[in-house]
Amino acid sequence: MSELRGIYTLWLREVKRYGREKSRLISSFIQPLLWLVIFGSGMRLTSLGVTSVNYQQFIFPGIVGQTLLFTSMFMGISVIWDREFGFLKEILVAPISRVSVFVGKMLGGSTDAVIQGSFVFVFSFLVSIRVSVGVFLFSVPIMLLITFGMVSIGLTLASLMESLESFGVIQTFVNLPLFFLSGALFPLANFPKWLSWVSVIDPLTYGVDALRIIILRGAWTPILPLQYDVLALIVFDVAMISVGTVIFGRRR
Amino acid sequence: MKPMRSESVIEVRDLTKNFGNLVAVNKLNFSVQPGEVFGLLGPNGAGKTTTLSMLCTILKPTSGVALVNGIDVAKHPSQVRQIIGIVFQEPSIDDRLTGRENLEMHANLYGVPRSEQKMRINEVLRLVELEDKADLLMRTYSGGMRRRLEIARGLIHYPKALFLDEPTIGLDPQTREHIWSYIIELSRRENITMILTTHYMEEADKLCNRVAIIDYGRIIALDEPKRLKEGMEGDVISVRTSAAKELAEKLNEITWVKDLKQINGKLKLVVKNGNATLPRIVEIAAASGIRIESMSIRQPTLEDVFLHFTGREIRTEGGEEYHGLAAIKRRSIR
Repeated sequence: MSELRGIYTLWLREVKRYGREKSRLISSFIQPLLWLVIFGSGMRLTSLGVTSVNYQQFIFPGIVGQTLLFTSMFMGISVIWDREFGFLKEILVAPISRVSVFVGKMLGGSTDAVIQGSFVFVFSFLVSIRVSVGVFLFSVPIMLLITFGMVSIGLTLASLMESLESFGVIQTFVNLPLFFLSGALFPLANFPKWLSWVSVIDPLTYGVDALRIIILRGAWTPILPLQYDVLALIVFDVAMISVGTVIFGRRR
Repeated sequence: MKPMRSESVIEVRDLTKNFGNLVAVNKLNFSVQPGEVFGLLGPNGAGKTTTLSMLCTILKPTSGVALVNGIDVAKHPSQVRQIIGIVFQEPSIDDRLTGRENLEMHANLYGVPRSEQKMRINEVLRLVELEDKADLLMRTYSGGMRRRLEIARGLIHYPKALFLDEPTIGLDPQTREHIWSYIIELSRRENITMILTTHYMEEADKLCNRVAIIDYGRIIALDEPKRLKEGMEGDVISVRTSAAKELAEKLNEITWVKDLKQINGKLKLVVKNGNATLPRIVEIAAASGIRIESMSIRQPTLEDVFLHFTGREIRTEGGEEYHGLAAIKRRSIR
């Protein structure tokens, strides 16, 4: 019971802090907009072998996935901030377990990332996709499943890093391959054989596929049936949360 | 009457902490009684913070036993955490949240019953006089206000003992006195048991019922500040002269000079009857043709007690200050 209360407390803290950072809220609108409008309008799909949707519609779920990925990874920074400003000590001497500390932070980060990912849906009209309330609500659990594991990676990497700078570098190293290999920007069918094998181990592949199934519906030919995408995401989440709690608990 | 052993809030037996082959804390023994303000006094790197960290379950002891309210810190760290409050040396608040939000978070983490939470938070805010600032973001607080809020936070869950690690470090003298008066008030009104570390003599003297003077990881003296000073049996005379060495040789021959120390071109000596002795020293200096630049006479302070036991001043003047492990390491190099 007190562990649950601890998790709730740390979750609430992350969400409160996020809500107060106006600059982050604004930038979360700008980035996906740039991708959709500038990048999206410069490309044509016909050469990519998909004809049922236009390119902007094709990358729309991918940009949702990208926003979730980048925001989630960035959440790891809270560990470094807390350490830098001393607040981590207050949490670590509190009578709750390290696992709860990790889970509380993870859930907080996921909530922030999903809020950010939801902003992208606002721009669906720009690319002529009709997102009904039902479609959006159906997307939320998928978005959560994507972020649980991603935030866990961010927190784990951050707790292993000594400084803000090194976390920034590592973050880019993880973000970009996951993003490019997920098929968010181009169909995986266009990949050479060996690259498409790499994309099989990219968890975002399944996240983006699931989002396309929900958002583009019949216009999209799924890579895997939805339930297998969800299963893959769950396996990824469980693995990352386990690794994260072990490494987080081990520190010091 | 001496309280019984089991009544101590803190009980420390042969407590030792090694970092590699470096002995940071060496077989400490002491106990703290309920309602007592107990001080660990010593220079940076003496092992004060290491000792405190072990009592707070942040560090594991290498050997020895430490009990908080009868609970072993090594065996049941989470039970100990539940019953202690800690004010860290460095700030440990979330400055993006308000004072009240920081307190609420702490109350939740420590499982303060929800029905009591609001009342208790207002209570501790009143204690440190921050009621009117409670709903401002912490980043707008001054250093002293942050400290006060941290003290308030440490008290929310009715701890059996409050640990304060260098509570006034980095604060200006005025704010320091302010914090002191809060600590004294807390002790008097709420009868809270407190253990604090400090390298400020005056702080230990003003706040603590008993002081353990620590140097190189060992307790070199432990008593009430008053008795430690009385133990010096006399007055402290300082003499500034360019011929400190010659004068020291002369004075060393004289029987009423107790405990003569030379530091930074200054002579410090302890004598029984300062007022009567002062002219004698002038006479001795004059007879040997030594010119005295200045002299002073005063009651002994804890600084003199430290000097008496170690032959060093607690704060090396003008020297760089080292903190934490760096200070401990430095001491092993010397």
